[in-house]
Amino acid sequence: MSICNIFHYSTSIEDALQTLGNSKGIAKVLAGGTDLILDLQQGRHSPVDTLVDITNIPELNVLEYRDQKLFIGASVPHRMITNSPDVISHSQALAEASGLIGGPQVRNVATLGGNVAHALPAADGTIALMAMDAKAEIATLEGRRMTPLKEIFRGPGKSTLDPKKELLVGFYLSKKIENAGSSFKRIMRPQGVAIAILNCGLWLEREGNIVKDIRISIGPSGPVPRRLIEVENSLRGKQPSTEAITEANIVLQEEANFRTSRHRASEEYRKEMAAVLLKNTLLAAWERSGAEGEFND
Amino acid sequence: MIKDDLIKLNINKETISVDVKPGQSLADLLRESLDLTGTKIGCSENECGICTVLVDGEPILSCAYPAVRAQGKEILTIEGIGESSNNGTDPKLHPIQEAFVQYGAVQCGFCIPGQILTAYALLQKNPNPTIKDIRYDFKDTLCRCAGYPTIERAVMAAAHTMRTGEPLPLPQVPTSVKPLEIIGNLHVRPDSIEKVNGKAIYTDDLKFDGMLYAAVKRTHIPHGTLISLDIEKAKNLEGVEAVLTAKDVPGQATHGLVIHDWPSMIDIGGKVRYVGDSVAIVAARTEEIARMALDLIDAEYKILDPITDPVQANQDDAVDLHEYGNLLKHIKVRKGEMEDGFEEADLILEDTFFTATTDHAFLEPECTIAKPTEDDRMEIYVGSQIPYADRYQVALALGWDEKRVRVIGQLMGGGFGGKEDIAGQIHAALLANETNKPVKLLYDRHESLIAHPKRHATQIKVKMGAKNDGTLTAVKTELYGDTGAYASLGEKVMTRATTHSSGPYEIPNVQADCYAMYTNNPPSGAFRGFGVTQSAFAVETMMDKLAETLKLDPVEIRRINALKVGSTTNTSQLLNDSVGLMECIDLTFEEMQKLSDGDPFISKEIEGSPHIKKSWGLAVAYKNTGLGGGAPDKAGAEVELYTDGHLEVRTSSAELGQGLVTILQMIVAEEFKVSVEKVNVLVMDTDLTPDGGPTTASRQTYVTGNAARLAAQTLREALSTTLAEKFNIPPSEILFIEGLAQVGEQKIELGEVAKIMKQEGREPITLYEYWAPKTMPLGEGGNMHFAFSFAAQAAEVAVNTETGEVKILRIIAATDVGKALNPLGLLGQIEGGVMMAIGNALTEEFIMEDGYIFTDRLARYRIPSITYTPEIIPIIVEDPTVEGPYGAKGIGEIISIPTTPAITNAIYNAVGVRINQLPINQENILLELKQRNNS
Ligand SMILES: Cc1cc2nc3c(=O)[nH]c(=O)nc-3n(C[C@H](O)[C@H](O)[C@H](O)COP(=O)(O)OP(=O)(O)OC[C@H]3O[C@@H](n4cnc5c(N)ncnc54)[C@H](O)[C@@H]3O)c2cc1C
Ligand code: FES
Ligand code: FES
Repeated sequence: MSICNIFHYSTSIEDALQTLGNSKGIAKVLAGGTDLILDLQQGRHSPVDTLVDITNIPELNVLEYRDQKLFIGASVPHRMITNSPDVISHSQALAEASGLIGGPQVRNVATLGGNVAHALPAADGTIALMAMDAKAEIATLEGRRMTPLKEIFRGPGKSTLDPKKELLVGFYLSKKIENAGSSFKRIMRPQGVAIAILNCGLWLEREGNIVKDIRISIGPSGPVPRRLIEVENSLRGKQPSTEAITEANIVLQEEANFRTSRHRASEEYRKEMAAVLLKNTLLAAWERSGAEGEFND
Repeated sequence: MIKDDLIKLNINKETISVDVKPGQSLADLLRESLDLTGTKIGCSENECGICTVLVDGEPILSCAYPAVRAQGKEILTIEGIGESSNNGTDPKLHPIQEAFVQYGAVQCGFCIPGQILTAYALLQKNPNPTIKDIRYDFKDTLCRCAGYPTIERAVMAAAHTMRTGEPLPLPQVPTSVKPLEIIGNLHVRPDSIEKVNGKAIYTDDLKFDGMLYAAVKRTHIPHGTLISLDIEKAKNLEGVEAVLTAKDVPGQATHGLVIHDWPSMIDIGGKVRYVGDSVAIVAARTEEIARMALDLIDAEYKILDPITDPVQANQDDAVDLHEYGNLLKHIKVRKGEMEDGFEEADLILEDTFFTATTDHAFLEPECTIAKPTEDDRMEIYVGSQIPYADRYQVALALGWDEKRVRVIGQLMGGGFGGKEDIAGQIHAALLANETNKPVKLLYDRHESLIAHPKRHATQIKVKMGAKNDGTLTAVKTELYGDTGAYASLGEKVMTRATTHSSGPYEIPNVQADCYAMYTNNPPSGAFRGFGVTQSAFAVETMMDKLAETLKLDPVEIRRINALKVGSTTNTSQLLNDSVGLMECIDLTFEEMQKLSDGDPFISKEIEGSPHIKKSWGLAVAYKNTGLGGGAPDKAGAEVELYTDGHLEVRTSSAELGQGLVTILQMIVAEEFKVSVEKVNVLVMDTDLTPDGGPTTASRQTYVTGNAARLAAQTLREALSTTLAEKFNIPPSEILFIEGLAQVGEQKIELGEVAKIMKQEGREPITLYEYWAPKTMPLGEGGNMHFAFSFAAQAAEVAVNTETGEVKILRIIAATDVGKALNPLGLLGQIEGGVMMAIGNALTEEFIMEDGYIFTDRLARYRIPSITYTPEIIPIIVEDPTVEGPYGAKGIGEIISIPTTPAITNAIYNAVGVRINQLPINQENILLELKQRNNS
């Protein structure tokens, strides 16, 4: 089945934006296509006239340091991210998340930009980026702007990006600071679609045996990818003891909105799993922050 | 505006320019534009991994990779892997290809190009991978024949050779204890070379001049009446050559393997019974036009409430789905007196179990090409488990004499029972007949999942009575089988489920009742295990419950009741020979003890992870070989000796990947004491090969194997007689050794013997029709089956008590196969059978919602990937059966029967949660654990 009438293999951001803007019919950005091509083939996405392939645009494919930040171009595939020593050292949660997406063949083409732009509330790359407090760069023909990641999401599968005018250029991540660590984990089930029942990205900075700062993102815990600010507040300034985690979990169950999804997981199970993920990611990130010994009980 | 692009790319070290259609996938470009059909399509949804090719050294999935992106890149496909030679001969096999052949990693072969390319990419980067590395990279490259452990060993061996330049290390495979010259020794599949170099041709790889493409308009409603049908717009679409409806079927309107209750198309006013029913078929110049035409067909229905489960179907107020009601068959087993049996019991237990509908998910979706011939016949190219049944049913639909139809069976990318019924054969033939052109009908994965028969979801109630010492006194079972919209082999499958429902035990009083019910779900039919997979889960769980309540060991309770020589089965069959169950149990137990310190059945913590508990579980099973139940079970085989000294064995029996061709080759080689290379095997052609009967019921090794053996023996005797006359010595003094006929002192090449025979005006060919021992219908006593295979398996599982997740660590699989004829093939069946059963236990659930299919994509129907592979420890028991070829009996199904209950029993032993419903649901495990902790 043909998935489009015009397939435009773009080589620059300007060219891609122009093609999108000038297209008479419906035009759509195509990155790896591991979501979009299947959605088109299987009729989950309404037919498009033009696909603008952005995987060959040099700027979208770089992974480099810019102004003390790590920049990951939107078209960088997950395989490169998960294998990158730079990502592993500065943003381990993201490296872990990218390494769990699909299999090696999918990771060779699926991109981080596509993972974010698809705007699913539990996309693995996205949840990790949320916990890493990534900023996104967006290009229009008028210019570039930076935005916090969460501004990109409007609803499940819906982004705020203007499909005719806007393109994600890439993501900026802070470099690792001393005594900080991050982790990403997810719970799968053996049946059905291979996306997480629940996933969790967590970053923290440690001061002695106290959590100085922390960011937590759990998906799906609402219609869009989100941080759990109250849970973060509950843990900030505390020793990550069993008691503190138990308290944080009570806050978590209040703050997050877990729902039952058909043939996947019940709300009740998700609630149980959230507690497990919170504990396990916290433990891993805590260890990675250089903490010695086990949690204090 | 549709604009093609001309791109330049390098394929298998050759630079070419080629036109690319907008949005065309790389797989399509390779297969359709460049005729590189070694790249296979299993799903077109990025799920199965078998379309893997390398782009600049990196593996990608070519089915959803835009071809335009290949511009300027280097593409490597399976055809380019071998080291090319300059002298025009086939490229020398790459060490990875060689390893896949020698280790027996090749079964149906459909996934193999993808496996080899995945391995190639891995070894380029990592010449010395660990098993963990292999699993990481092979995670999404599926194999349904599932020789994952063998694939791992093959990759490790290839890596060794590539690193060191040393010859390939030899595979370590358990062989027969008493091997003959050929039989019982390691021999590779005759078709494995073409399966590793991309040359193997499956139906979809064939192209004919002027070939049209077909598509089927399906109802997509589970229950209703077709009110009107308008095909005019579709007919008028440019490129459409035929649109046919029920009115255009010249012959019989319905088909079916046993009962002809399945309409090829629903007529106006006719009843729609499931979402896969068809109302019209289209042939067009391209696949795309054919699909566009489907959208132009208007069908209007009166929609009715669907019947969605067999219990509901059996209620008095349920509407009738067929003229004769909803009951396909009430199957009864009676032995002894139930009341007495339960009276005698010290303990009675009762419970109900539920198994899921599952799909075969063979990686090659169904494909048929029908081709009219100049002499007014019809050729059907198809991968089919029963070529002669296809011939019969196609001829019926065309209204032709059977002989006018020729089924030419193609290599099959897996069947597992799912390619016994008609899929596209009739539709393609009708369209080819109408247009007088070859017509291809290829299902995509979506259509395959919707249309073909599944494994019966079954509800099984078991009531068991036993004495305090563990002796069973009575077992009563009641089964409800969901046979879906049409009969298919439903009655036979459910009969097997019923007769095996009290397990491989000697029980004085047995009563079993099964209701095989029509519903508005997709039809259910044959699937490896043939109903016994379902009932074994129920009865083996009950045996463990019984053992626990009586404070007996799970091994002990099975030993006490196990069938042995001299026992009578629950259908009152006296077992005369070849009952290796006790040996299977004992060897499994021994191995289990070796691998666990202390009692294997107690729960242990995994070191360092106190929340993860592990334990072992045990289950046993038996499974008939052959059709049984009074069905005449015969196979024909023909053996011919050529004047160049080659032999050929011919039978229509099907090779679906299971290895029948290897067995037949080995048998004929054994009988003539020639090397296997001297024997050609020709299968599945209704013009050229005699009827081998259906490839089902684990019967081919036994029945067709015997036919081949006896045909070979008869031919050998004929040769002896000829030589005896010519040289004037008694036939008994003529021997066949080392590929030669030895006549006294003289040694004669076999080819010469063929010449001598021809000179005397006799053809060196024999046809043997083998009739398996007679069996009796259920309920008439006597032998219902002529042989049974037996098995015991132990599973070690780990259960995460925080998440409910289950991991299968080890499986010990002891199987009584009679005789291990083909050890490499046997290992493939063991590993693949265990993996398929792990799918049955853990990953697979075909979900219907009010008759609509939820799991209509591979992404939603998950089959086990390599990451689920436990350590599999095969134990082969050879308790020969007199009539079997060299003592052998069936193995294809028995392997996958005890695995599921062994796993669920292990889960209970680890964390105390009983699994009564499949597949195992981690959520339920966790919630039950929580509930228990709270109370
Ligand atoms: C077998 C398989 C397994 C998978 N497993 C996982 C998993 O484990 N976890 C997970 O999170 N996901 C998974 N996915 C989903 C998918 O692969 C990922 O979400 C992937 O990151 C999507 O990237 P892509 O480049 O393929 O996106 P595409 O399909 O190309 O695009 C997705 C959407 O984003 C838009 N888009 C892409 N790039 C941009 C851009 N730069 N600017 C603006 N819009 C853009 C597109 O228009 C489209 O709407 C899986 C998919 C498959 C097929
Ligand atoms: S992944 Fe491409 S055919 Fe299945
Ligand atoms: S050999 Fe892998 S699917 Fe058959």
